[in-house]
Amino acid sequence: MQSGDLSIALPEIILSLFAMGGLLVGAYGGKDKLASLMLWVTAAVLVALAAWIGFQGAGTATVFNGMFTDDAFARFAKVTVLLSAAAVLLMSESYMIKRDLLRFEYPLLIALASVGMMVMVSASDLIALYMGLELQSLALYVVASLRRDSVKSTEAGLKYFVLGALSSGLLLYGASLVYGFSGTTEFAGIIQAAQGETPVGMLIGLSFVIAGLAFKVSAAPFHMWTPDVYEGAPTPITAFFATAPKMAAMGLFARVVHDAFGGVIGDWQQIVAALAVASMFLGAVAAIGQRNIKRLMAYSSIAHMGFALMGLASGTAQGVESMLIYMAIYVTMNIGTFAFILSMEKDGSPVLTIDALSLYSKRDPAKALAVLVLMFSLAGVPPMVGFFGKYSVLLAAVDGGLAWLAILGVTASVIGAFYYLRIVFIMYFGADESELDKGGSGILWGFLMASAAAMVFGVFNLFGIEGPAAAAAAALAG
Amino acid sequence: MSAQIFAFYLFAVSCVAGGLFTVIARNPVHSVLWLILSFLSAAGLFVLLGAEFVAMLLIIVYVGAVAVLFLFVVMMLDVDFAELKAEMARYLPLALLIGVVILMQLAMAFGVWETAEGVTLADRPDAIAGGGDHNTDALGRILYDKYFLLFQLSGLILLVAMVGAIVLTLRHRDYVKRQDVLAQMYRDPAEAMELKDIKPGQGL
Amino acid sequence: MDDLLREYLPILVFLGIATGLGLVLILAALIVAPNDADPEKLSAYECGFNAFDDARMKFDVRFYLVSILFIIFDLEIAFLFPWAVAFGDLSDVAFWSMMAFLAVLTAGFAYEWKKGAMDWE
Repeated sequence: MQSGDLSIALPEIILSLFAMGGLLVGAYGGKDKLASLMLWVTAAVLVALAAWIGFQGAGTATVFNGMFTDDAFARFAKVTVLLSAAAVLLMSESYMIKRDLLRFEYPLLIALASVGMMVMVSASDLIALYMGLELQSLALYVVASLRRDSVKSTEAGLKYFVLGALSSGLLLYGASLVYGFSGTTEFAGIIQAAQGETPVGMLIGLSFVIAGLAFKVSAAPFHMWTPDVYEGAPTPITAFFATAPKMAAMGLFARVVHDAFGGVIGDWQQIVAALAVASMFLGAVAAIGQRNIKRLMAYSSIAHMGFALMGLASGTAQGVESMLIYMAIYVTMNIGTFAFILSMEKDGSPVLTIDALSLYSKRDPAKALAVLVLMFSLAGVPPMVGFFGKYSVLLAAVDGGLAWLAILGVTASVIGAFYYLRIVFIMYFGADESELDKGGSGILWGFLMASAAAMVFGVFNLFGIEGPAAAAAAALAG
Repeated sequence: MSAQIFAFYLFAVSCVAGGLFTVIARNPVHSVLWLILSFLSAAGLFVLLGAEFVAMLLIIVYVGAVAVLFLFVVMMLDVDFAELKAEMARYLPLALLIGVVILMQLAMAFGVWETAEGVTLADRPDAIAGGGDHNTDALGRILYDKYFLLFQLSGLILLVAMVGAIVLTLRHRDYVKRQDVLAQMYRDPAEAMELKDIKPGQGL
Repeated sequence: MDDLLREYLPILVFLGIATGLGLVLILAALIVAPNDADPEKLSAYECGFNAFDDARMKFDVRFYLVSILFIIFDLEIAFLFPWAVAFGDLSDVAFWSMMAFLAVLTAGFAYEWKKGAMDWE
């Protein structure tokens, strides 16, 4: 190891040092009185690191004996992860204070989870991948059950933990078979060993690794933890689960299949395509019966993961690019939607049924309009940005020779549009007027409006994310 | 049959049996004890592989600490295990099916196992680590230098585990009186007490 | 390989003797001891009540906290063994990487101390 290695991983090091310093300051300073300040400082640090990584020069560097790669792909994923983590942190402040959940450890655990996610998207070694994944997951298990006096929240944390441990087991089992085949855990070595015809043992290992990763991105049929965890965890934590970790897990997925198994695309392509089909249809159909908006968003996220996997399944650089664009759009939409869900309150306590929204348009026309835009965008209705996300993955699938997958994707998207449009219908043509509280926190209002505006004004050039996404995809699969 | 092969089968059988009885034992405390047997046999298998350090770690960490934690958890949870077992019987066919499928996959992978061309897997950990007097030494030579990143990440994971355990379980009970040693030491008699001259028949 | 295993042979022999002796003693009790049970003998107490409830009761979660903190430091020590054994051959990087690792966990320890996780009230 050289000292240059440390400078490549400097953002991760700074964030970890910040988290450790924060722990000490919190414990020896004012304890939870500092929590609000800590939350804002953490968000500022995350944004600053995102800006720093985003404006860092181009180039690819592999350090720590080939375990850690810093390339355009990692930078794209890291910026998305850090920005969404910061946004969710800011959104959560008022909710957490109101329910007496805001402890100074909360922003620091999010920061440590972000370190894990940054390592995940940069990992170029099976062990580094696992360590990043565990660092992220362990912090997420804790925040899921942060509301420790609530049975639902602890149940959510426990379910997430048990199933997360199971998926880590699958991943490790697969990784050990892959290691047995290739004799190395480095992606650079695996891709050299895994070329052409793959033997059965290696294939089983590959399937187990993908199954473990599918758990983490909550793709069907490994999705069963998602609705319960989304419902049970405190809403800001749910918002976090729906954004940054999804992006990180998707980034990890793309990196593993391209960097380590890029020589045997045919072998994993069918698995990923099957996952995509199952997720899209399950997400579209199962959400129809949901009245709880958090469960509904859980199924919605499963469906969206299906679409992102469809981009990945094409196995081309174009597929990776479309997946990255899709994930960035998905994260933006979800931040806006969860900002709205967080503001759904009646007499100060949260309301989560979608029936409570009936005729919301009369009560608060501006917010209702923003939600309408977001729902249209989530459903993929043109001319919202969500449509362009779906369009790019469909295009990638067709160009990758998976036209059947694209057709199934369009079908699933039409089915899934039903429940998004139903929310809009309830808001505008419901039976009796909604009694949800007006007003609410300005931060939530701001995020909701900004996200909705992005869905409208992004249609011109997608805010220029196509360029970086293309560069990122070229770094990975080019 | 050499002692080595005998020992292998001894440990392998007791490891599998331990695992099986962990699942089917009626009493959860017995389950944990079977688990300990399983851990110990696995440690024996590691010794046979020449991985002494891992074997000893298994005993120190898993048998010495994790099993104790499991015992605490088993006792802490006031769960009716008989009811849980009844639940288990319902899912047994499915579990067996999954078990058989995974076993078949294992057999397939093992039966036609081949490594990539030009890859020879070292049969001893020492060989991977590039020599050394013994196993622990060989591990020490690479763990902190070559695997610097992983080592530091494991430190962070331990930190998160520590913070998580405290966040989720520690409660500060306000009604409990605690000793504050410094406050006791710096107490000044002049400030702590006051003498009052009270006349007979009058209160304060 | 064989040298290494030969060192462990006494332990294997010892294990064999321990298992054998344990089995012999249990089996001996089964075979030799008179066994004429009657309901009175099999009841939990000759006089008095049967147990009302399960003997198992809820433990305070603080036991769990103590043991998990113990495991964390147990693991920290496990990492120290190879470092100490190979100390003579360590590079500077390896030396300072252990210092960084210890610093991370010391930060955690200081946090834990100040939070009062080790006070038993």
